[in-house]
Amino acid sequence: MSNMKHIVGFAVISAAFNASTSWAQMDHGEMQMQGGSAPDNARDPHAYSDGYTLTDGPYAQQGPRQLKLADEHAFLSVLGDRLEYSEDSGDTTFDLLARYGTTYDSLVVKAEGDTKGSQLEESQTDLLWSHAISVFFDTQLGVRLDQYKEGSDRQWLAAGIQGLAPYWFELDATAYLGDDGRTALTFEAEYELLLTQKLVLQPRAELNLYGKDDPSNGLGSGLSDLSIGLRLRYEISRQFAPYVGVEWSDAYGGTADYRQAAGQDINDTQLVAGLRFWF
Amino acid sequence: MSQWLPQQKRSLQPNRRRFVQGLAAGGVLAATPTWLQAAMSSKVAQGQTPVLSGREINLVIAESPVNFTGVTRMATTINGSIPAPTLRLREGDEVTIRVTNHLAVATSIHWHGILLPYQMDGVPGISFKGIAPGETFTYRFTLQQSGTYWYHSHSGFQEMTGMYGALIIEPRAGERHRSDQDYVVQLSDWTDEDPMRAFSKLKMQSDVYNFNQPTFFDFSEDVSKVGLQGALEKRQMWNQMRMNPTDLNDLSAATLTFLMNGTAPNGNWTGLFQRGQRIRLRFINAASNSFYDVRIPGLKLTVIQADGQDVEPVSVDEFRFGPGETYDVLVEPADDAYTIFAQSMDRTGYTRGTLALQQGLSAPVPALDPAEWLTMSDMMGAMGSMAGMNHDSMKGMEGMNHGSMKGMQGMGSMDGMKGMAGMKGMDHSAMNHQPKNPLAKPSSTVNHASSEYGASVDMRVDTPRTNLDDPGIGLRNNGRRVLTLADLKSINGLLDDRRTPTKELELHLTGNMERYSWSFDGLEFGKSTPVSLKHGERVRVILQNDTMMTHPMHLHGMWSELETDQGELRVRRHTIPVQPSQRISFLTTPNDLGRWAWHCHLLFHMDAGMFREVVVS
Repeated sequence: MSNMKHIVGFAVISAAFNASTSWAQMDHGEMQMQGGSAPDNARDPHAYSDGYTLTDGPYAQQGPRQLKLADEHAFLSVLGDRLEYSEDSGDTTFDLLARYGTTYDSLVVKAEGDTKGSQLEESQTDLLWSHAISVFFDTQLGVRLDQYKEGSDRQWLAAGIQGLAPYWFELDATAYLGDDGRTALTFEAEYELLLTQKLVLQPRAELNLYGKDDPSNGLGSGLSDLSIGLRLRYEISRQFAPYVGVEWSDAYGGTADYRQAAGQDINDTQLVAGLRFWF
Repeated sequence: MSQWLPQQKRSLQPNRRRFVQGLAAGGVLAATPTWLQAAMSSKVAQGQTPVLSGREINLVIAESPVNFTGVTRMATTINGSIPAPTLRLREGDEVTIRVTNHLAVATSIHWHGILLPYQMDGVPGISFKGIAPGETFTYRFTLQQSGTYWYHSHSGFQEMTGMYGALIIEPRAGERHRSDQDYVVQLSDWTDEDPMRAFSKLKMQSDVYNFNQPTFFDFSEDVSKVGLQGALEKRQMWNQMRMNPTDLNDLSAATLTFLMNGTAPNGNWTGLFQRGQRIRLRFINAASNSFYDVRIPGLKLTVIQADGQDVEPVSVDEFRFGPGETYDVLVEPADDAYTIFAQSMDRTGYTRGTLALQQGLSAPVPALDPAEWLTMSDMMGAMGSMAGMNHDSMKGMEGMNHGSMKGMQGMGSMDGMKGMAGMKGMDHSAMNHQPKNPLAKPSSTVNHASSEYGASVDMRVDTPRTNLDDPGIGLRNNGRRVLTLADLKSINGLLDDRRTPTKELELHLTGNMERYSWSFDGLEFGKSTPVSLKHGERVRVILQNDTMMTHPMHLHGMWSELETDQGELRVRRHTIPVQPSQRISFLTTPNDLGRWAWHCHLLFHMDAGMFREVVVS
């Protein structure tokens, strides 16, 4: 059973990346309709300006430019993608994303973690500058701060890519560089399947890899863990949706060994109930 | 949101949760401050828009409480009414219009479609500084034209919250067409949300108001009808490109209430007539973000004016128009009552009114038409139309200089490639009769801007369609005679500048729906530079729509004289709707110096950056 899920998890992630690749191949045709790079003879979008600008030239209003539209406006949004409780473990999990900025450049905060009772067990917070590099993808550069109740806190530099792949897979892949030559890689893929206009099934997969062992945090080098979730939400409004779901996780290699040594289960299946919201 | 596509046709029943039909007696609430009462020319009654005329007009901008849906909200109003008072002015008159701002923020009024000195055009930051709180600005200009126009705020989202009114200019020489009744039918839309909040929701999730999305169950239905492969192929292009085939209006009835003369559908605005009378209806689309499809079941509409300018009369059953456009029609009713029915382009709702012999009569209200998916010709222009043919014919296209067909195989069996008319655009480029003056006809060579290859543009069309006779998505082959741009021809003498243009500008309408950004040539307003024109020169402007939405493009300060792809001048407009993957061209002669605005009149597209400045010097 767990092998089956394992395969499904890899399938979701590889399908998502594959879809992007196959699209990239299509791009080589001359009928490319999205993205790509401009040919040398592409039209100059300023060719009709005679050198004038919005503030210089005949009949321009005096002083600093007054007319500024939403393209120069910074927007704030907060997405609570997962805010959920599992009765089996008594854990509460949160996964929040806040964004402040313009269309192409923004500050992004991603916070993910678990609490037991009122105690924060562990959390992972990314502070990133997100910059649009293509039609559907942003690069993200910044830092990640890991906090453990039992274990050693870690700090990382982060470089990643996040966006929407063909066939509507939402992807997030980030590489991390920590102190003592630590490295890590995380992949996340999400999909939203509309059963109706308000009932949405959301498969989700997350994969973590580490460059070296981290015994104090129970992480082994190589493929460390994979989790796969399936959540069914009902959108009372687009912005407010309770859900139920199942989350399965498995550990591999050194991480599996650490868990075993600590008397924990290597893999785990939990029923969850939660809330997705944004504003 | 994922893209499992729905079946092609499904009637969207107006659902109470999604489509608010509004209060029967909604609108501006009675409590009016005393200082405002003085400014109001007549008592505001339900569905009765006040009328102001003469050479001196006073307008007062203020906040007023309104209730269209059962919830009280603050609106920005002109003289305390929605719509604002109808201004009835006279051609040739010099008018003085004093606008006093009682808001806490700056305001403005733009006279839509009126030729005037640029300082009077009312665009803050371009024509003037705007009208500061407490200040009175005096507009003064001479009316050089006649017809049906309108006026509205050009500041922020004030237009969306109530600042719009009709502007009728009576011709000195008398009306060309006799009529016994004359009604303004002003269509608009209202949201109880703060428009900026609605905009920021679209920034976060651009399909937030779309409740007609492809679902998994639609997919299963398709599988049982056409098999798995057929169902997948139908969706392939959309899914690969991450585009939504039901993305017709950004704002739907999920947030909008559709209004006719400031009255919600349940209020049933009524225009009276007597038996045997001929009625002139002056339709104005003053909506912020809604295209309307308008018809009066049982009556032929004789279109006599477009954007205030007389056209050769043409008889139709229905017309579509976008924000900023106006059409004057004549009708000759024989029955007791008729419904004026205006459904939104996305088929999520409608507004309606009644023409009747007496108050209280009404006629049946038609059901909303089914919402259709955009077709391949909407996405790819002429190429999309060709795809409707069998695969063999694809080979023949290689000689047509449109590049390799790699990667396009999947679309052959995709649905909805009806409009073969799109091929016209290809024919002439292939035939290539070289005219003596290359500017005699609009260029058919697609030139994408270098700035269209970045993150701001989610689609480029290499094979646009240039035909003007497409009524557009949702109106094709609906069994009714629907007005198209090809039906519009200015009356003799109107298009009197017969010079061949001395220059040709090509600009593309662009956007990224996922990021909710709109632009010209992939550059939002803040990154753009002005388009510079010389006073009095004859210029051709080519607008190519590299998006899947229709954009009503409004050029201030000068006419847009639409021509065919063969260079034949057709009709004078101030706002030209450009359909998805369409390439149109118009000629203009800038006769007034200054800086002018040029933008999509879908308010959210304008504010997102589909906006350019034009300098005439």
